[in-house]
Amino acid sequence: MNNIITIALSKGRIFKETLPLLEAAGITPKDDPETSRKLILDTNHDDVKLVIIRATDVPTYVQYGAADLGVAGKDVLMEHGGDGLYELVDLHIAKCKLMTAGLNDYQPGEGRLRVATKFVNVARRYFAEQGKQVEVIKLYGSMELGPIVGLSDLIVDVVDTGNTLKANGLKPIDHIADVSSRLIVNKASLKTKHDRIQTIVDQMSKAVKHD
Amino acid sequence: MSTNERWLLPQGIDESLPAEAARLESLRRKLLDMYASWGYQLVMPPFIEYLESLLTGTGHDLDLQTFKLIDQLTGRSMGVRADMTPQVARIDAHRLKKDVPNRLCYIGTVLHTRSDGFGGSRSPLQVGAEIYGHAGVESDVEVLCLMLETFNTAGIKDVFVDIGHVGIFRGLAKQAGLDEESEARLFEMLQRKAIPEIEQFLAELAIDKDVGGMLRALADLHGNADVLKRAEQVFVKADPLVKDALQYLVTTANQLQRRMKDVRLHFDLAELRGYHFHTGIVFAAFVAEQGQEIARGGRYDDIGKVFGRARPATGFSTDLKSLVNLSAGVNQVISSSAIFAPGNNDDSLHKAIAELRAKGEQIIEELPGQTAGAAEMNCDRVFVQRDGQWLVEKA
Repeated sequence: MNNIITIALSKGRIFKETLPLLEAAGITPKDDPETSRKLILDTNHDDVKLVIIRATDVPTYVQYGAADLGVAGKDVLMEHGGDGLYELVDLHIAKCKLMTAGLNDYQPGEGRLRVATKFVNVARRYFAEQGKQVEVIKLYGSMELGPIVGLSDLIVDVVDTGNTLKANGLKPIDHIADVSSRLIVNKASLKTKHDRIQTIVDQMSKAVKHD
Repeated sequence: MSTNERWLLPQGIDESLPAEAARLESLRRKLLDMYASWGYQLVMPPFIEYLESLLTGTGHDLDLQTFKLIDQLTGRSMGVRADMTPQVARIDAHRLKKDVPNRLCYIGTVLHTRSDGFGGSRSPLQVGAEIYGHAGVESDVEVLCLMLETFNTAGIKDVFVDIGHVGIFRGLAKQAGLDEESEARLFEMLQRKAIPEIEQFLAELAIDKDVGGMLRALADLHGNADVLKRAEQVFVKADPLVKDALQYLVTTANQLQRRMKDVRLHFDLAELRGYHFHTGIVFAAFVAEQGQEIARGGRYDDIGKVFGRARPATGFSTDLKSLVNLSAGVNQVISSSAIFAPGNNDDSLHKAIAELRAKGEQIIEELPGQTAGAAEMNCDRVFVQRDGQWLVEKA
């Protein structure tokens, strides 16, 4: 593994929007993760591989050096804590917002709020900053259901267009953070493979479209 | 806990079986002998002590890493050591009270509440060496050389040494007039090299543009020796403290390169491990196949102060278990060379065994009723009696 550079990506939007940036760094995958069942994709370079994993696993792979580079959303990085890795570049892709949301007729009331989310750490930190003590309920998906079935008062989730919220009778309430994907790098890799990694980082960062 | 899980160890706590234990012990002896040949004396700090002495002057991180309990004799809080460095500093400052340069080394198990990445272990076998009583490049270079010699002894090749200096960030933060909170936030962002956040944060702060630019540049100042040249240009308008720190770094790197010709140096001016504890050079060692640092160290001149005597100090530490796992011969079986002696209550046999053991041979005696022979007991030779004489023959 010594001379191979591994880049961790998640399927879907991040993969699609990262492709042009990788291309700018001269890297094109040989397979499409949507059709291929392979977890490790070869590229046009023998010494560059892509690993396709779940978005929330990307920081973990990079932190422990299982991947040298990775692309992860700021939401995932905030939840992970960002320990042990570098967040060198804002790639300005896969943009959305991290927000709280509740039922359309939600009124802040007395007593302890229940918040359903998969961003447990982010939610706890955010409400603590607001001076509110909340009960956080960890869910793995379909957070919108929480307030509808009375599981929680609020949810914390990423919001893109807001259509999913609207379709379920929910409204966005507070803005927690703007989210976009970051190019992250393992600390040891940046030191032991400095020149090759820095070249990829520079080329990708030049290709970023600011808006 | 169900009965069939009683054997489970806590997460991050491990034990060594004979093969690994033999490798650990062999390397432990080699390292301590090597440190002794450099003039480092071994000390054995206690496994547990009062929290005040364990944590004074070391910062919040170590506090979180420390397991705590109450002393039933006094009601005071005690901690199980999570890092031996402050203990050794206390020994130097308070117990030894010498004014000459003092070289100490140590080895022992430490306990962490959370794994900090040394292979996921919460009980690393910390080994390290420190020099007290000398402030200057020479002692920093000596501990760096000793760290490299440690890898050499362990058979670990292709080590990268990453060096920085906390004085650079500290000087710039002072020049910018950052308050404690802003400094802490910027420090945290720099540790992640979160360039987008750093730019945004610096823009929000009302600080001098030149200083802001220099703080921003820190995140990019990493790489080979060219970094130091680039830094000289970047820090033209910097506080003299910053320039001194940079010059110190340059001199250290030059001296180290001269003494260790094939050392691979990497510089990172934003990497500030143990920022609250260190006062000068900070460094860490990396190998390509390992995603995290395998040793770290640096200068920490202030720590003795809380124990009555501020003594300049510099040193490094690593984890013996990681070293053994990374060493080239990790899969090589330490070949057994033992002699199997039959269970026989013969005085002349006991005498022959004692003589050979005194010469350093390993002799395993047969126990009554055992069916396993020499091969099963990993013996390559056996004692046989010929003409009333006990002789050693090939098994």
